[in-house]
Amino acid sequence: MIELQHISKTFKKKESALHAVEDVNLSIAPKSIVALIGPSGCGKSTLLNMIAGLYPPSEGQVFYDGARVTDVNTNVGYMTQKDNLLPWRTVLDNVAFPLEVAGVPQAERYAAAAQLIDLVGLSGFEQKYSHELSGGMRKRVCLARMLIYKPNALLLDEPFAALDAQLRIAMHALLMRLWEEQQQTILFVTHDLVEAITLADRVVVFTRRPASIVLEQEIDLPRPRDVHEVRFTEPFHRIHNALWDRLRTQYDEVRL
Amino acid sequence: MTPAKVAAEPETSLMQTPRSAPGGKQATNEPRRLADMGTGRMVWLQVLLGVALLIVWQLASGRLVDNFLISNPIAIAGRLWTWTLNGSIFIHIWATVYATVLGFAIGAVAGVAGGVWLGLSPFLSRLLNPYIWAFNAVPKVALAPLFILWFGLGIESKVALAAILVVFLVFVNTYAGVREVDQDLIDGARLMRASKRQILMKVILPSSLAWIFVGLKTAVPFALIGTIIGEMIAANRGLGYLVQRAGSDFDTAGVFAALVAIAGLAVVFNEIVGTVQSKLDGWKVISR
Repeated sequence: MIELQHISKTFKKKESALHAVEDVNLSIAPKSIVALIGPSGCGKSTLLNMIAGLYPPSEGQVFYDGARVTDVNTNVGYMTQKDNLLPWRTVLDNVAFPLEVAGVPQAERYAAAAQLIDLVGLSGFEQKYSHELSGGMRKRVCLARMLIYKPNALLLDEPFAALDAQLRIAMHALLMRLWEEQQQTILFVTHDLVEAITLADRVVVFTRRPASIVLEQEIDLPRPRDVHEVRFTEPFHRIHNALWDRLRTQYDEVRL
Repeated sequence: MTPAKVAAEPETSLMQTPRSAPGGKQATNEPRRLADMGTGRMVWLQVLLGVALLIVWQLASGRLVDNFLISNPIAIAGRLWTWTLNGSIFIHIWATVYATVLGFAIGAVAGVAGGVWLGLSPFLSRLLNPYIWAFNAVPKVALAPLFILWFGLGIESKVALAAILVVFLVFVNTYAGVREVDQDLIDGARLMRASKRQILMKVILPSSLAWIFVGLKTAVPFALIGTIIGEMIAANRGLGYLVQRAGSDFDTAGVFAALVAIAGLAVVFNEIVGTVQSKLDGWKVISR
């Protein structure tokens, strides 16, 4: 259970202050999948950073399973927007890193890493370095590295943004399959309304900066969902249209 | 102002010597520009230039300039030959090499340790900043009398002087490297449950490695300089001592002969650094 209570965040630099998040209340049930959606740069990543405990909120409190988050939250796996692979390590050594620091023997962790690399469709790239990979491939390496140590909750910041449409659907299917097996709590940020509705139990829509919640929408589509087929169903369209109407007002000012 | 501001970028080292011309392999085509000349021909040209300069020197000596001031290549070679035959030069070379290598090692370890330590502690680095800069501004050579008082006339004072010259260069670069570590990488490792020690060993040090190498590489000639100066001030062996002694005997050929030995040693050290670096280059794919 992840709970945000009256979270506000202001970044202060010498004279200017950036008000990123304004009074966000959110509670995410265990094993649920929640999509955060809203305009670019509205403060969604800031929210994830605070759940991960990378910095504290200016006001309010973050709770994880009832305990207040005051330091780095090692219960969550966090896939940041910008990849944070270690550039001097190969794909294999990057993916194996969480097991390496946990003291798992080399043969065992390499076997586990190779399996996950295959799962995200990157077998054959084990010995490459991150600068030899495309943006989308790096994100998939990050995904594999996060899955390898089985954190209870996953924070995903635009996990599939750099992927082409076919690969994105494959990754959606992969994530759904893993979730069916492991039942993690998943909180992900996206700009893609279709992606949000396809995957999530609940979509939370944010305003422009400072981010505050405009609406929360339960997605009552049955599970397991076929990530490809579900988007052509009638209930999907109904939810999509309703959400889009609300979301559009957020973008009106920039005249998209 | 932090020490990071003055540190050399890893990519733009002053000490970089081009190892081979990019066009060196075009054996079939006639090279269009002089700079693209093949390595073999270039070596010949370099030897030719050296020989020409030696001939000019030999001819000028005693004719254009007093032999007492510039000696001459034949006398210098003769002096080196004598020293080699009676074995005395090896004692001096060994003393200098020993002090240089030991001083470099001590300075390097202290510099890396200090750089990592202060790099990891923003509080300490702010606290110590003015003192570090004040101390850095002191010409290290001026510490030689102190070191002789502390460590005596033996090899220890030379080691100390070499180490003190090395330690700042390595420190400044290591510090900069540690401060440059991408915070996202550290955050990521912490989230993946790495301990502080693991973060240091598996994230911070590998990430700073390129910077540390620049510091080490830049410091090699300074280790030699520190040793030589120490030997010139007070010693009973070493190449610096040899220069000093020959000078006070008005033995110009002896001074030049000792300088040739020092230059030769510098070339050898430079080659070693070059070899080590080319070995490491294949492995450190650090660029992002």
